[in-house]
Parts: sequence; C-alpha cells; structure tokens
Amino acid sequence: MTYVYPRESLSAFSGHLAPAYKSSIKRAPRQPLVIMPHTLSELTGPVYGHNDVQPGDNDLTKQHEGEPLGERILVHGRVLDEDGRPVADTLVELWQANAAGRYTCVVDQHAAPLDPNFTGAGRAVTDADGHYEFLTIKPGAYPWANHENAWRPAHIHFSLFGHSFMSRLVTQMYFPNDPLIPFDPVYDSVPPESRARMISSFDMHATVPNWALAYRFDIVLRGREQTPLDND
Amino acid sequence: MAGITPSQTVGPFFAPALTPGKDYPWHQPIANDLITPDASGQRIRIEGRVLDSDGAPVNDAMIEIWQADAAGRYAHPADQQRPNAKFTGFGRAGTDAEGRYSFSTIKPGAVAGPDGKQQAPHILVAVFSRGLPRHAYTRIYFADEAGNAGDPILALVPADRRPTLIARRQEKNGAPQIYVFDIRLQGDNETVFFDV
Repeated sequence: MTYVYPRESLSAFSGHLAPAYKSSIKRAPRQPLVIMPHTLSELTGPVYGHNDVQPGDNDLTKQHEGEPLGERILVHGRVLDEDGRPVADTLVELWQANAAGRYTCVVDQHAAPLDPNFTGAGRAVTDADGHYEFLTIKPGAYPWANHENAWRPAHIHFSLFGHSFMSRLVTQMYFPNDPLIPFDPVYDSVPPESRARMISSFDMHATVPNWALAYRFDIVLRGREQTPLDND
Repeated sequence: MAGITPSQTVGPFFAPALTPGKDYPWHQPIANDLITPDASGQRIRIEGRVLDSDGAPVNDAMIEIWQADAAGRYAHPADQQRPNAKFTGFGRAGTDAEGRYSFSTIKPGAVAGPDGKQQAPHILVAVFSRGLPRHAYTRIYFADEAGNAGDPILALVPADRRPTLIARRQEKNGAPQIYVFDIRLQGDNETVFFDV
C-alpha cells in the first residue's frame, strides 16, 4: 500500500510559534520552513508492533505492588488514517500525571504527592481494526508557570507512529466538560476548528461495571492511500 | 474525513515514558543506540546540542532519527530493497542538562531521490520539546560526502543556510567516527527546518 501525505492536512496543527504559550517564544523556529518533496526517506518510517509490547503494558494500574489512588478509567479508541481506514499494528505510547496532578518526572516540582504505585507510562499496539485500549487512573490538573494562576486541564499525552515518519504524532487528550480547557494556551495553540478533536468523549457503553469509567479517543493520523489521481 | 488530530507539545515530563534510560522503572525498546550486532557498515556516533534563541541549552528536548542502513535500504515495506539485518534505523534520545544528545548508529548509504536523482547519505530528524506545539523536521548530512553537492533536497536550501544541515567530522583518533550536529531552534544560524 502506498500512502501520500497532503500538506494541506497540516492546517489542523499549530504553527511552531504560539506566543501565548510562553515557552515557544525562544524555541520556535522563526526562519521560513523549506518546502520539500516527500522522498523515500519521508515515505518510510519505523515499524513497531506486537513484538515491542509486553502483556500488561497497557494497564497502568498494575505496574507496582499496590494499586494507584484515583478514579480508574478505561481509555480506548481507534487509530485511523485520513481516509478513515484503521491503522493496524501500530505502537501507541502514553504518559500522564497521577490523580494528584504530579508526574514521576524529576523535573516536576508541583507540591502534590507522588504515588508510589503509579509511574504513568503505558504502551499498546492497535489491533486489525485500529483499536487500542488502556486502563489507567484519571490524571489531575496541575499549576504551571505560563501566566498568573495558570492550570493545565487534566490531560493524557499520546505518541503515535502510523505508516511513515510523516504520520508521527505527539498529542494530548483532554476530558469532556473540563472547565480549565478555555483557559489553556497549549490547547489554544491549535487552530479553533481543530481543537475539539483533542477532547475525548465519555463512553458509558465501555464502562466496566463496579470497576471503571470509560473515555473514547479516536486519533486520525496523516496519510491517505494513493489513488491513480495522485500523481506527485 | 473530519481532519487529522492536532499535534501538541511533548511538554517537559515525557522522560519516564519515552526516554527512561536507567532513571525510571519503565522498559523502553526505543533508545539512542541503533546498532545491532548483525548490521554491516561504518559505526558512527552523532553528538550535538539543542540550543534556544539565546544559545542556552534546551535540557528537555527529545530527538528522534530515521535513516537507511549502510546500503541505503529502509526497514519499511515501502522500500522494496529491505535490509538484511535487524537494524531498524530509528532512534530516540533526550537531551541532558547541557542540552546534549547522542546516537550510536551506522552511517547511512545514499538513497533514491526525486526524478531519478540520488540523495546523499542523510538522516531524518524530528525535534520535540516543551515550547514546540508541533515537532520540527530537519536532516543531518555528513561533511565528508561528495554527494552533498548534487543532493536534490540540499539544493532547495539557500546556500548560506546549508551548513546548518551538515554534521562536521570530529577529527580525533579512534573509532567510532564522531559527527557533530548542533540544533539551533531559533536565532543566529537557526537550523534549517523543513515543511513536509
């Protein structure tokens, strides 16, 4: 299968510079990007699959002796290409704060407790239908230094590969009806018409009775199957 | 379709999951040593720093690389040649307190390019960091490759900015050969980034 990666699809992304997100001011490239064709180098990319995932990697609640504190949630969805076709056997990496809004990363100095039973890292591979699933706990909101009394809405980070180096995606999943979302410059870095794609939906059907609530997050990666009309 | 899912910054807290090394209790098969025992070709090391507009080190960047093997073959179904080794050609490294990163790998071979032209040996690079709402794409070329002069992608880059894409050979005895490739996100001698 040959894929093409229309440049126009990237209109869903922020530019490199998003001034309200202060960290971008000294880091975002300012020179014009050099437009280039997609060569074999761009049209290929790493292939990770079932051999790279161990049983239990997608259950963040069972990585330690005890159970993490917090509200258990199932996070699941499908990874699709731009034609709406499933992206099968692709690696999905995930990381997040604990229920108190604290990451295990040593650079996180937020005065909230670490949870000895929670690392906040997971990994899954999509099935033939593009479906992935994680069991985790709902992350907490946390303050950050971007502006006065800035708080990040609760979110889960995702990293995906897809069909080539051009479909590589790192994004964040948000929760529906979070009152902090309208105040978040990271969420707002994305063009308005595309922002809602980052918000998961509550999925009553997928909840596990007496065990866990569920949220659904479908992810669309760059890439369309090449048709005879595509001729670049 | 309703469009692709937007990119978001990798943020400052990815290390425990994406680049745990020995510091965090998470097994991560993706790392900065790409060399497999069965891979043929010249062993090299790529070293560099990631710097911001002030020339200050970016100590929380993540660099990913993608490359062909020594014979110019990609470990991917779209390349009909396919490598004959376990060499995947993909690596990931976090930067340290001084903004340094490094990769141990194999020097890639030349790869087919557009219009039947060869591309000089090169490595694709994706730069992720706090402050970058989307990752930035660049390429590493090698200072000692004669093919750079005819490379169709380098030819698209204004001549005065091309040096930012060329890794310099560190002249010192011993193996592996070290190539130095600094990434200046912004400011003087800003690295060339591509719109792909």
